[in-house]
Amino acid sequence: MKREKLIFTYLSGILGIIVTAVLFVVPFIFIIFTALKTKGEAALLEFSPPTEIRFFENLVEVIQARDFMVITAFINSTILTVSSVAALVILGAMVAFVLQRRMTKFNGLINALILAGLIIPPAVVPTIWVLQGLGLFKTLHGLIFIQIAFGLSFTTLLFRAFIASIPKELDEAAIIDGAGPLKLFFRVIFPLLKSVIFTVIILQSIFIFNDFQNPLYFLPGDENATVQLTLYNFQAQFNTSFNLLYMNILIITIPMLILFLLFNNRIVSGMTAGAVKG
Amino acid sequence: MTSLRSRKAMTAIAGFTVAAFALSGCASGDSADSGTSTDTGSSDSGSSSEPVELSFLVDNSDQTVGTAEALASAFTAQNPNITIDVETRPGGAEGDNIVKTRLATGEMTDIFWYNSGSLLQALNPNDTLVDLSGEDFMDNVNEAFIAGVTSGDGVFGVPAQTAMGGGILYNKDIYAELGLEVPVTWDEFMDNNAAIKAAGYDPVIQTYGDTWTSQLLVLADYHNVEQANPGWAADYTANEANYSDTASARQGFDRLQEIHEAGYMNSDAATALFNDGLAKLALGEGAHYPMLTFAVSTINDIEGGDVEKIGFFAQPGDSADSNGLTVWLSAAIYMPQTTEGAEREAALQFMDFVASAEGCAAITEGVGQQGPYFINSCTEVDESLSSPIRDMFPYFETPGATTPALEFLSPVKGPALEQITVATGTGQYTAEEAAALYDEDVKKQAQQLGLEGW
Amino acid sequence: MAVIGTASKTKASGKSLQSRHVSKAYPGWFYAPAAIIYGVLFLLPTLLSFFFSLTRWTLFDWEFIGFDNFLQFFSEPFLIQGTFNTLFFAFFTSGTKVVLGMLLAIWLSGPVFAKGYLRAVIFFPVLVSTVGVGITFKELMQPQDGVINASLSFFGIEGPGWLADPGMALFSVAIVDVWRGVGIATVIYLAGLAAIPQEYTEAALMDGATKLKKFRHITLPLLFPATSTVIILSLIGGLRSFDLIWAMTKGGPGFASDVLASIIFKQYQAGFYGLSTAGNVVLFIVVTAIVYPLNRWLNKREVDY
Repeated sequence: MKREKLIFTYLSGILGIIVTAVLFVVPFIFIIFTALKTKGEAALLEFSPPTEIRFFENLVEVIQARDFMVITAFINSTILTVSSVAALVILGAMVAFVLQRRMTKFNGLINALILAGLIIPPAVVPTIWVLQGLGLFKTLHGLIFIQIAFGLSFTTLLFRAFIASIPKELDEAAIIDGAGPLKLFFRVIFPLLKSVIFTVIILQSIFIFNDFQNPLYFLPGDENATVQLTLYNFQAQFNTSFNLLYMNILIITIPMLILFLLFNNRIVSGMTAGAVKG
Repeated sequence: MTSLRSRKAMTAIAGFTVAAFALSGCASGDSADSGTSTDTGSSDSGSSSEPVELSFLVDNSDQTVGTAEALASAFTAQNPNITIDVETRPGGAEGDNIVKTRLATGEMTDIFWYNSGSLLQALNPNDTLVDLSGEDFMDNVNEAFIAGVTSGDGVFGVPAQTAMGGGILYNKDIYAELGLEVPVTWDEFMDNNAAIKAAGYDPVIQTYGDTWTSQLLVLADYHNVEQANPGWAADYTANEANYSDTASARQGFDRLQEIHEAGYMNSDAATALFNDGLAKLALGEGAHYPMLTFAVSTINDIEGGDVEKIGFFAQPGDSADSNGLTVWLSAAIYMPQTTEGAEREAALQFMDFVASAEGCAAITEGVGQQGPYFINSCTEVDESLSSPIRDMFPYFETPGATTPALEFLSPVKGPALEQITVATGTGQYTAEEAAALYDEDVKKQAQQLGLEGW
Repeated sequence: MAVIGTASKTKASGKSLQSRHVSKAYPGWFYAPAAIIYGVLFLLPTLLSFFFSLTRWTLFDWEFIGFDNFLQFFSEPFLIQGTFNTLFFAFFTSGTKVVLGMLLAIWLSGPVFAKGYLRAVIFFPVLVSTVGVGITFKELMQPQDGVINASLSFFGIEGPGWLADPGMALFSVAIVDVWRGVGIATVIYLAGLAAIPQEYTEAALMDGATKLKKFRHITLPLLFPATSTVIILSLIGGLRSFDLIWAMTKGGPGFASDVLASIIFKQYQAGFYGLSTAGNVVLFIVVTAIVYPLNRWLNKREVDY
């Protein structure tokens, strides 16, 4: 009985490794192989190791393309992701906190608006019109505000579910100790949100860093491209140089890969803590 | 030989005046003041001391940037006090938007590079651009080109490149091997295709991975439309004719359907890219590639490619007598009304230079000549013209054998044409359905432009 | 789990503090910064879209034309096709993610060799740029020399045209979308499984329930909150999907894989701002008409369990 179980464990694991290797690993190895090849070899689109490794040459060529646009794009994407995620964490937690703790006749309306933000697709051209009116169209801070506006609903929902599990007695104790609202929130509640903050940071960073549609609409133009736009533009420019195109895919995947290696274990636990308690 | 040819070519392009009637009907709004006072005109002084820097927005294709920089540096060499700073923008629809927005918000550079014809009309040139019709240097610009940069009473640009032909690029080796002759009717063309197919080559290369390439068979057929229905463009602009009700206009879609149904396309047509198409043609896998002549400039970069093995002919129509070429007017250089004072004067000086023999020489030296120039005094022809470009000249030398493409005769061009032609070329729509769909698409564009009669 | 549940279940607990204290400890201005950004950049444009969808609009200037844009929208066959494509794409990807995500999570929560590696590798595509995934699969799916068909032909199978075949293109993109997004569904299900108290399953096994019975009567119902979250999130994502489709086919060949979001973008690119906004309103109606009642229904069922 026990032995059978052990065999099953190994068998299904090994089978799983084979299947995932074909379905999930091969595409990534294809990206890596192609990124290291010469232009001519890459054009064959074959799944084969490069006969001549041209890592450094290809990397330099991609980075230098169009006046170091990849570098500009990396700086822009980093600013975009860090600022909007930071703002989302703080603003979303503040909304969720008050919304969860304080019952007023507006709560129903606020909840409905949050749900609307999750469901309703943003109205693109009117948003551009508003941004133009505010002088924020085609600016990085304009796009940061856009990402905040579009990401608030999901963030708030995650926080609200989690805050509901924090006993109110903690607040009361702090209030009796004379803590004002800011101190209560930032000193008492915020540190307790650590695990759900991780979830929000991971999910929103992935979403915003990899977002293509919003930069395409709200931040057009070469001078302030994000990494995804760069990749998209290079698709046309490098359509005979697959090695460079795939090298570009490879380098813009690295930041998310680092995030993944750092927080891999936190993803499921953060989800469990943040999402399940509701 | 060269000099003889060149003289003939130039008298020919002077005869290329089909369409003076074309765009004048579509003035949008009242033509604003915009007139330049003639005294600021095209003095070639260069003596005035103050250094001036002109900003110059161009699209980011290699060809454009190369041309713009060649013009700028040759001009500055003559006029050391004026420097020109070339700034690039993306091409395609995104670039169009950038130009429109910068014009509307008053943030346009001192001069800029943009298409002539229908795309120019969408800029509301009468309200946004400086009218050049009073300038002396415009006398030097070919009449056919002027029609493509005219809106209402205003004329707005100087030609920045040569003319370009739209037709069929073909592989001369395959033609020689099979003993084929350049077709002058569609039936001859289809006979050639049958022979090519029997010999195991792809008769017609299509590359729908780059959707814009799919439109050629429709757009390059316009000379034949004009032969069957003279003045069709004006009726079309006025919504009195459309693709569904004019048999000759629908013919472009019919051709596409015919080639698809005959199985004459390369098997990877649905995903192949423009560069793949050129390589197939250059390496002799395919015999015909419907394309614009600008494409030949990169054939020598293909491994094993030799542009001298490629030839060019106009898209054939029903009759050999009316065989002729559909011509693309070049992009032009324009000046927004926001350019004033010393900059405006310097810009006019630059335009004067562009519209002169020296300007043509600068382009030829910088990026090579790609076809006949639209400048009357540019009679010199580069001796090293490549084979497909040489094949263009006889059309210009025959009176009545050239017609500007529809987009230079009418402001109406639907944005979805390239998807519709892909759908036709892959057998999803019949020519009839495609023509009807395109008429709908065109209607949207005309309504958005606020044209009369829609 | 009910991430998207309405607030009904999260009633503010207790009234031990006087309301004066409450309003001081939980001040309304905490809403303010979020509300301003959200109101100006999301709510206001959404409301404006209803007006601008009735105009011919150049961004600088508009002309009121009533319902012409909507008539136009529904008179063009490819726009109608785009609406159906959107529905197919959303329901296919959402349904597949539910089934695969649940199976993978159940498998990966049991005793499996190399569990950590397997979880990681399935989640990994979620992290990779959607555009990058699109570009990669576009080449892998090349009909002639792509890796997929080359491998299939090694086994003597002639692969389909994938993106090149108008009848297959949308389906091919949908498969890639499942490939990319199944990791998120799996993680949500893993979280849901982790929340099932051990006693339930043990008690059931003690009662002699078969594995299938245990799954049907214990696991499936208790996973319901996770299921409803996966359904709603992937349905919303699927109905609004743009990035992958644009990177892989741009809606082609022809219009074969156009969805509402790509149509909206193309109308925007062409400068038809009013028509593009009308497309947005259509998308709004489609998404809301499907997701809102579904969400209510799922929430109600969830409470019942």
